[in-house]
Amino acid sequence: MHELSIAQSIIEIVTQDMPKHNLTKVDTITLRIGEITQVMPDALLFGFECLSKDTSLDGTKLIIETVPVKGHCKTCGQDFVFEDWPYGCPECGQADIQIISGRELEIVEFEGS
Amino acid sequence: MIEIKISLVKNVLEANERIAAQNRQFFADKGVMAINMMSAPGAGKTTLIEDTIRSLKNELNIAVIEGDIQSTYDAEAISATGAQVVQINTGGACHLDANMINETLSQFDLNLVDLLIIENVGNLVCPAEFNLGEYCKVMLLSISEGDDKPLKYPVMFHEASVLLINKIDLLPYVDCSIEKIRQESLKINPDLTIFEISCKTRQGLNDWHDWLKALLLK
Ligand SMILES: Nc1nc2c(ncn2[C@@H]2O[C@H](COP(=O)(O)OP(=O)(O)OP(=O)(O)O)[C@@H](O)[C@H]2O)c(=O)[nH]1
Ligand SMILES: [Mg+2]
Ligand SMILES: [Zn+2]
Repeated sequence: MHELSIAQSIIEIVTQDMPKHNLTKVDTITLRIGEITQVMPDALLFGFECLSKDTSLDGTKLIIETVPVKGHCKTCGQDFVFEDWPYGCPECGQADIQIISGRELEIVEFEGS
Repeated sequence: MIEIKISLVKNVLEANERIAAQNRQFFADKGVMAINMMSAPGAGKTTLIEDTIRSLKNELNIAVIEGDIQSTYDAEAISATGAQVVQINTGGACHLDANMINETLSQFDLNLVDLLIIENVGNLVCPAEFNLGEYCKVMLLSISEGDDKPLKYPVMFHEASVLLINKIDLLPYVDCSIEKIRQESLKINPDLTIFEISCKTRQGLNDWHDWLKALLLK
């Protein structure tokens, strides 16, 4: 359900930034969302579509790039991509992992005219 | 018209983070330790807060923010202990955010308060995504929810500093392995401090009180 608050924040950030670049219309907004950020893409797309209706972002498309979970194993000292976080280090099986990426929730760029 | 591309790289939740930082500064200035208490609905947050206030009455001055989608039941229960409490009704939102906390701060007299407990909306998912300006996150899991919860909802276990496994008085009646909860939670978060408690029999609560008192010395 918090996808609605996230959609609202995206709208606020981009509409506040548009005048600086003399944009009146935005075609796409690209987001980067970590695999273990708890966001359901469909719920976010739907929330954005509803909330953007009465704003200058009506019709804007969201493009979502997923960031895989990367971690550093403090036991064997290696970095890995975790296909199935949180099941320990794929090499040594130990659990003491520092997450490097996978928690992102970012706007990367937007395009318009 | 020319199509232009703007690179921005901005945290979508940066507005929340900014206000959380203000709250954190406010708590530091007032000398208040704030904790964010999270769990699924009904795990025992309000019961534990009431008991904690009563048990530590002579040692700690505790204030409470109650977050619920609607109703004032929880704030009334806390108010009966004599502690300062403010109820936030999120009106549908499944989590508290930093701004909601910020707006309540003027309603407290925090000068004499040692500990502010923020009871988040009952939900194992969304509250873990929003910082409030707290010093740390404490979560409850009651054993009747099942021992598969750490791996099903790992993010909250990852964000929490403390896990209180509650309702252990129900152990004879439910199929739940506390050992499994411990092992899998520690796999997600090796730094997690774990207590096994019952708010009904009061088993294990002394360790929780000691942990809180030690926290306040920080
Ligand atoms: N048997 C048993 N029941 C408990 C224990 N702790 C709490 N309860 C009961 O569990 C129910 C829910 O407790 P609450 O304290 O309201 O739970 P909560 O997490 O605040 O719930 P929400 O605010 O709705 O998310 C109540 O009926 C409590 O009496 C316990 O240790 N053992
Ligand atoms: Mg409650
Ligand atoms: Zn390893």
